[in-house]
Amino acid sequence: MNFNSWALTAVVFLPLVGLAVVLLIPKEDENAIKQVTLLTTLATLAASLYVLFHWVSNKFYEADKLAAFVDEHGRTPFEVNKSWIEVINSNYHIEVDGLGLPMMVLSAFVTVLCVIYSWNHFPEPHNPKAFLALVLLLEVGMNGTFVAQDLILFFIFFEIVLLPMYFMIGVWGGPNREYASIKFFLFTLFGSAFMLLGFLALFFKGGRTFDIQELMASPEIANMPRSTQLLIFGGLALGFAIKVPMFPFHTWLPDAHTEAPTVGSVLLAAILLKLGTYGFIKIALPILPEAFETYAPWIGGLAVIGIIYGALGCLAQKDMKRLIAFSSVAHMGYVMLGIASGTTVGINAAVFGMVAHGLITGMLFFLAGSVQHTFHTRELSRLGGLLIQAPKMGWILGFCAMASLGLPGLAGFWGEFPAILSAFNPRPGLSVELFRFYMVVAAVGTVLAAGYLLWMLQKVAFGTPKDEFKDAHIHDVSRAEWIAWLPLLLLIVALGVYPNLLFKLTDSSVTALFGG
Amino acid sequence: MDLVQAAGTNPVFDWHAFAPEIVLVGTILAVLLADLVGPGRNSWQASRLASVGVLGALVPVLTLGNDGVDRVLFDGAYVVDNYALALKGFFLVATYLTILMSVDHIGEGDYYQSEYYFLLLTSVLGMTVMASARDLISIFVALETISIPTYVLAGFRKHDRKSNEASIKYYVIGALSSAIMLYGMSFVYGVTGTTMLKGINAGLAGVASDELALVAVGVFLTLVGFAFKVSAFPFHWWAPDTYEGAPTPVTAFLSVASKAGGFVALLSILYFGFDQQADTKWWLVVWIFAAMSMTWGNLGALKQTNIVRMLAYSSVAQGGFILVPLAAYGIAIDHDLSASVRDTAWQSVVVYLLTYGVMNLGAFAVVIAVARRTRSGEIDSYSGLFQHSPALAVIMSLFLASLAGIPPVAGWFAKFTMFRAAIDAGGGWGVTLAVIAGVNSVIAAFYYLNVVRMMWFRPAPEGAEPVRMPAALSTSIAFCVTGVVAVGVYPQLFGKIADLVTTGG
Repeated sequence: MNFNSWALTAVVFLPLVGLAVVLLIPKEDENAIKQVTLLTTLATLAASLYVLFHWVSNKFYEADKLAAFVDEHGRTPFEVNKSWIEVINSNYHIEVDGLGLPMMVLSAFVTVLCVIYSWNHFPEPHNPKAFLALVLLLEVGMNGTFVAQDLILFFIFFEIVLLPMYFMIGVWGGPNREYASIKFFLFTLFGSAFMLLGFLALFFKGGRTFDIQELMASPEIANMPRSTQLLIFGGLALGFAIKVPMFPFHTWLPDAHTEAPTVGSVLLAAILLKLGTYGFIKIALPILPEAFETYAPWIGGLAVIGIIYGALGCLAQKDMKRLIAFSSVAHMGYVMLGIASGTTVGINAAVFGMVAHGLITGMLFFLAGSVQHTFHTRELSRLGGLLIQAPKMGWILGFCAMASLGLPGLAGFWGEFPAILSAFNPRPGLSVELFRFYMVVAAVGTVLAAGYLLWMLQKVAFGTPKDEFKDAHIHDVSRAEWIAWLPLLLLIVALGVYPNLLFKLTDSSVTALFGG
Repeated sequence: MDLVQAAGTNPVFDWHAFAPEIVLVGTILAVLLADLVGPGRNSWQASRLASVGVLGALVPVLTLGNDGVDRVLFDGAYVVDNYALALKGFFLVATYLTILMSVDHIGEGDYYQSEYYFLLLTSVLGMTVMASARDLISIFVALETISIPTYVLAGFRKHDRKSNEASIKYYVIGALSSAIMLYGMSFVYGVTGTTMLKGINAGLAGVASDELALVAVGVFLTLVGFAFKVSAFPFHWWAPDTYEGAPTPVTAFLSVASKAGGFVALLSILYFGFDQQADTKWWLVVWIFAAMSMTWGNLGALKQTNIVRMLAYSSVAQGGFILVPLAAYGIAIDHDLSASVRDTAWQSVVVYLLTYGVMNLGAFAVVIAVARRTRSGEIDSYSGLFQHSPALAVIMSLFLASLAGIPPVAGWFAKFTMFRAAIDAGGGWGVTLAVIAGVNSVIAAFYYLNVVRMMWFRPAPEGAEPVRMPAALSTSIAFCVTGVVAVGVYPQLFGKIADLVTTGG
């Protein structure tokens, strides 16, 4: 292993080292705990940025450039492939590509911001040691999922995130936290049990390997009976769809989001949901392309139902956070529509949508958390006049609402618009009429999105403060909040103005996997 | 094998092969004698002697393993191979952990100490013999040696009605199941004319079609007998009462070591004896036992309010999970699948047994620790454990997560190999069983997490103090938690063992 491959391992396991250190610090020494956590997440971010810059400066996103760097074992610069569980022929195989890299960096980035935001914001029952330890454990799972190239390794990382999030919701969550946490847990576990069965079937039918790249090239899978392919894809899709979540598996999401503490919601929205969509484009589609074509109309259908249902759900909410949670269902619908089209445009849009939704919705959840912190309520009917009492926060909310509804020039647009566009011309073999119908429905969804987001903005930010808060002493954006939010806001603008920053990274990998 | 010939030969006695059992027998006698001549009843010497003896018995197991020669004794009735050694090692380690858990529990209660360790050691002697037994009679004798001391141990709280009930129930059911099993074995002997598993396997292969029904009855009754022993549905209902009534360390021992003893016997009989006999569709019986034990055990566990009863039902369900690869094994034989499919199933049972042992013993050790303070086995009494004893709560969460099969703790790998065996056997039956197991893992997660929920999400009662941990108990917990994490992160540890034992003959 050379320096570069260590860098990637560091991105995954540095948080674990930090976790061990945090556990050794006594509970009372809160400052030391916070500092160690911040340093760890910063170091992890630095390692992931090193990978990113190395990748970009050497133009690894161009296939021939990358090929020039492949070593004598056929490995790319960041690749590690070591034996792990010999009995089942599973390896510690990690690598980055255009799909995983942006998500990995996003994950390391958002975690840092969450730690900064938490600094003085620990929800009841406080206990920063346990809280930050869980954040670090969560980061191991999130970063690991985006670099794993082995199905078992992927499965482990995919599952590692479960327990920390369960505790985060259950211990630091809102009044209905016990119900929300177990619901989140059981839904995901149910899906992943079937996902695991799918992985095993791939292993036995696909040449006794768990390696994603080997499985993609496996002749056994190409010659597999169609019915088997459909069955396996169904298992994988169930696991991923619950995580996304797609309609009708979405019911855990509003509960989990509403009850979770702010940081939990942010991580859930920004990263955890993407594990599902990432699984689709990294595993299910490339390995079983034919089965995908059979399922695609259904996935697309559920995606647009999700878009409309999520939007209507938003309009019926009384709670600001729950509204944002439902908007997630709608936004993930666009991502899934892009994926269902099966085209390079659609999948590029999906990856962009994942990142953009991570930034924007993450930001919205931060805002909801701060609103809750200042007003001790998130009820839309009780809020109002944020622009008067806390103008900075009000403007940021307005900005995020615009970004979320897909205003051109901000990041959200580039996730939504190409996804809708891709449905105009789906991959050959899919029904053009059907997908064009989906396109129309999705376009209607954007109007609804504008409706509910502006409605929320109007309720929370416009008007005059309600009587109960008229004389309340309201803090505007604090310093920790600025530090945590500014990078997000800047990125939303940067990606919106120059989307090629991201498309350039993803396009070659997407073309390699799905082009032609 | 005919007895005349065996009597005629004069085998060279292989002392090395029997060294673990000899050390155990020596320890058993020493424990009894020390009680007669030693300083008096409530001394700690019995537990010390017992632990030294069990660890001492591990030494020859290791040297035999290092030696690597398969020793076949008594014309194949008693075999010391990697399979036997791995399980002997497992039984001895599990017993050592049980002793560590018992030291304070038994020492502080009003118990006869040396009798307790005497019975425990006698039972483990049966287990080590069981691991090597390849003959119906030695299997039966080993099984009774395992069981009879545990009947007494279950009733060790003499003045507690529940413990009395536990003992008598366990005894009656145990005797009944032995009788049924013996009856089944007699049919098998009647058809094949031998008690040696190898001979049975050969004899059954050439059995006439009109005798097939007889074989089927014999095999069926034998399986039913074992179903009692491993508390598989519908013969599981003694387990919750017995587990609740018995002293908790004994319950841990029953649910891990004694249960594993039954599984080992089952594994040996199926693998060495009924290997050719898929015509009788015995796997269908195992399939039903597996599916029903998982489902019934889990549904039963859902509504329990006492943690020991919950773990009892959970162990019924876990037993169902362990039966899954056995059913897959039968399917593989029936469908003439390659030997590798059978090896997968075989490995899976061994991996599951080892993993289950570590995580379940760990969970019971924490139950014993918590009960020292709360004097209660109610799940409610775990509320707020995270606030006053955070380390213990984290460790218990790890054990429960492992039982639920959530990575990165060991249980996931056991579940994984179980799924792997079922999918590898394939076909409608294999896949259906895998799906049933999948749904059951989710149900199981619910009640395991219910305890986690109590520990983490609920406030601690007023004035709750941290749980005081005696050294021996801490050691056993530390051992289990290390094992659960190490195997979870690097499953090759157990995978390697399972890989070795496939060569067992």
